[in-house]
Amino acid sequence: MGGTHSQNINLKLKVWRQKSAKDQGAFVEYDAPNVSTDASFLEMLDQVNEKLVQAGQEPIVFDHDCREGICGSCGFMINGNAHGPQKHTTVCQLHMRQFKDGETLVLEPWRAKAFPVIKDLMVDREAFDRVIKSGGYISVDTGNAQDANNIPVPKPDADEAFASATCIGCGACVASCKNASAMLFVGAKVSHLALLPQGQVERAERVHRMVTQMDAEGFGACTTTGACSAACPKGISLSNIARMNRELLVGTLTKKEAAEGDGI
Amino acid sequence: MAILDGKVPGGTIEQIWDDHKFHMKLVNPANKRKHKVIVVGTGLAGASAAASLGELGYNVSAFCVHESPRRAHSVAAQGGINSAKNYKNDGDSVYRLFYDTVKGGDFRAREANVYRLAQVSTQIIDHCVAQGVPLAREYGGLLSNRSFGGAQVSRTFYARGQTGQQLLIGAYQAMMRQVDKGQVKLFNRREMLDLVVVNGQARGIVVRNLATGAIESHEADAVILATGGYSNVFFLSTNAMACAVTGAWRAYKRGAYFANPCFTQIHPTCIPVSGELQSKLTLMSESLRNDGRVWVPKTKGDKRPANQIPDSERDYYLERVYPSFGNLAPRDVASRQAKYRVDEGLGVGPTGKAVYLDFRDAIQRLGKKAVQEKYGNLFEMYEKITGENPYETPMRMYPAPHYTMGGLWVDYNLMSNIPGLFVAGEANFSDHGANRLGASALMQGLADGYFVVPYTISNYIASTKIEKVATTHDAFKEAENNVRAQITQLMGIKGNRSVDSFHKQLGHIMWEYCGMARNEKGLTAALTEIPKLRDEFWQNVRIPGDANYVNTELEKANRVADFLEQGELMCLDALERKESCGGHFRDEYQTPDGEAMRDDANFCHVAAWEWGGTANKKPTRHTEELKFENVKLATRSYK
Repeated sequence: MGGTHSQNINLKLKVWRQKSAKDQGAFVEYDAPNVSTDASFLEMLDQVNEKLVQAGQEPIVFDHDCREGICGSCGFMINGNAHGPQKHTTVCQLHMRQFKDGETLVLEPWRAKAFPVIKDLMVDREAFDRVIKSGGYISVDTGNAQDANNIPVPKPDADEAFASATCIGCGACVASCKNASAMLFVGAKVSHLALLPQGQVERAERVHRMVTQMDAEGFGACTTTGACSAACPKGISLSNIARMNRELLVGTLTKKEAAEGDGI
Repeated sequence: MAILDGKVPGGTIEQIWDDHKFHMKLVNPANKRKHKVIVVGTGLAGASAAASLGELGYNVSAFCVHESPRRAHSVAAQGGINSAKNYKNDGDSVYRLFYDTVKGGDFRAREANVYRLAQVSTQIIDHCVAQGVPLAREYGGLLSNRSFGGAQVSRTFYARGQTGQQLLIGAYQAMMRQVDKGQVKLFNRREMLDLVVVNGQARGIVVRNLATGAIESHEADAVILATGGYSNVFFLSTNAMACAVTGAWRAYKRGAYFANPCFTQIHPTCIPVSGELQSKLTLMSESLRNDGRVWVPKTKGDKRPANQIPDSERDYYLERVYPSFGNLAPRDVASRQAKYRVDEGLGVGPTGKAVYLDFRDAIQRLGKKAVQEKYGNLFEMYEKITGENPYETPMRMYPAPHYTMGGLWVDYNLMSNIPGLFVAGEANFSDHGANRLGASALMQGLADGYFVVPYTISNYIASTKIEKVATTHDAFKEAENNVRAQITQLMGIKGNRSVDSFHKQLGHIMWEYCGMARNEKGLTAALTEIPKLRDEFWQNVRIPGDANYVNTELEKANRVADFLEQGELMCLDALERKESCGGHFRDEYQTPDGEAMRDDANFCHVAAWEWGGTANKKPTRHTEELKFENVKLATRSYK
């Protein structure tokens, strides 16, 4: 679109190709000629893949689905940046007008022990689901709820909870962290639920369980460099990590007190 | 041809569901764990059904094509979810939501289903808030509402432009809680490729594990399909790339009826197509029409930048043609009017296939900050895609395929004509008639999953003799062989054309002949072109690589093979429905001022198609009569 400024550029790609989890993998070079600057990054890859298929070769595999920046499926490193150079943008929403004619782009999958490569740029992020499974919810069965307006929620709290809840679970935070830490992802969910009145009952237990699972998955520790938040396509704030740490500390103390109060 | 029975229980419309809930049989709590239910799809309908059935104590197996259930396409819904809460005190009620939805659907939905939908809409909001879904709030801490197309009350709840995401995460978390408890077993990266029917009952599915290529069988006492819609038959649509008709279509080929396939929704506000290499279209929420004004220049070929065209030379055509609804006219109506302007040569932008959606007046009235607060993320998305700033220059919009009202036929219990096969959410046909109103899809998905299917499945299990079946049963072997044979055949073609090239060609045919306006000549042409294209596909498609591991081209080929059959059924259905209603507009049947002209004497029915046994044999058209005892049949007017 942008019709008036549209032009075509030529690019070189160095793409990580890896047949399977067991395969060693290597970079392979491809030409991407005549790319419209109105195309999205994934449409550029579609164009490269169409040629590979025509030539009877296997296309470059990457996860993708909504192509609107909301499902969280897509994501890989472009020249060392998760989702590429544009701030607050998933790779599916990244458009080729961000690149210059003649550039070479290096495409690599997320690199993290907890995210093993399945094929090429596609990785396994099920660890995130297992973290959510371990308490990332409010326990309410269908049909139990009172009227939605019975509990007013101050707008600032609701807005902050919403901001944390906009995480799309893409994994860019982990991929950008030198320790492959998942603290931003986990912190965002802990914050979302801890900020709401409905989330209070399970607050201490939730953070404890989620952090335990996060550690078990092999994610690294946080050294608060902020690389995660800088790479996050949804701009999830670093303060989510601070809140998670506070929740964990307070949760641990209150749990201990409760245990002592029970005379255990 | 048979007359189908929707099995709507008797009674007054207000009482039907409550009475039915009482009369339905229950499964003893201790017995529930002995019953297994398969849920295919983990969008709003699937995830909410899986969570609720898990809570009840059933053993649930949930399947999704994605790596994570949270990525289902419900996540992309922007605008909102309707609920008859009447928090605004503006005259809303369950009856009004029911009335608006029946009328909005142009009298082609089943009244009792729609009434139930309106009834449970209030429980949905309560439940989602209890789950921690951060819906928008006012400064006093109470929930905020906005109005949406086709309604004159503010009944839409929302979470900025990410309502679908927030509701889906709520349902996903509820389901993951059941995974944690061991009630729901999750099977990700699995695509359903066949339905297994034993003794006339749906008893399982065959899936392909997309991560390993393995073909797997899964058995259950009942199967729920929540596999979404088929807008991707047009290739370019607002649907996600993996959205497909495959789950529903494979069930159709096992005997489930496909209802009203020609009822598709073309959403009026999408970012226009820019070029041949485009892979998908992006919707801009209908909520934008609350404050944005739609217009085109009054003069053909007016190439001035939008801001230099004075008001006197602009045609705010929705406000002109529909003074009482204005920019909030329903989707089918708004889309058709955009098409008329473009056909008249008044379209804007480089391709001439667009109209303006202008926020100039809203920014002047409310201030830039207020507009940003409401629509900030949508404006950002628009700018990323087009490179243009909508605060300064109006958005360019054009209609695009977005939602499909048609789907597998279900009775009042959401059960298909195959006992034990339930269909929920967009995958079924029941609630939206010939046109869906904005903010009603999220409502229907969650209504089906949280509040309808859990009751009706229990009734089915409690009142049906379901014998023990293992995946070693011949029916499973036969289905597995069927799936394997198709994959072997596809891999063996080794032709010259990519799957996408076929999909794009099919999309062009569908958009040209079965899009916003249809006629006998075009549909007849499509019915010759599609089978030809299908034949070529089966002789000339090229799928590189191996079927025994991740193979994205094979995944696409399986889906496109089904679209090449389903597209034909859509055209056939459109041809045989010799009337215009809602999103189905036949050029031959219109009023003098270009509005849809229904034929209630001959077409006040659901058309439900039965597979003919092979793709080249004509399917059978069954009907279900629709009775309007509460909302009187009338010509829809938004003027």
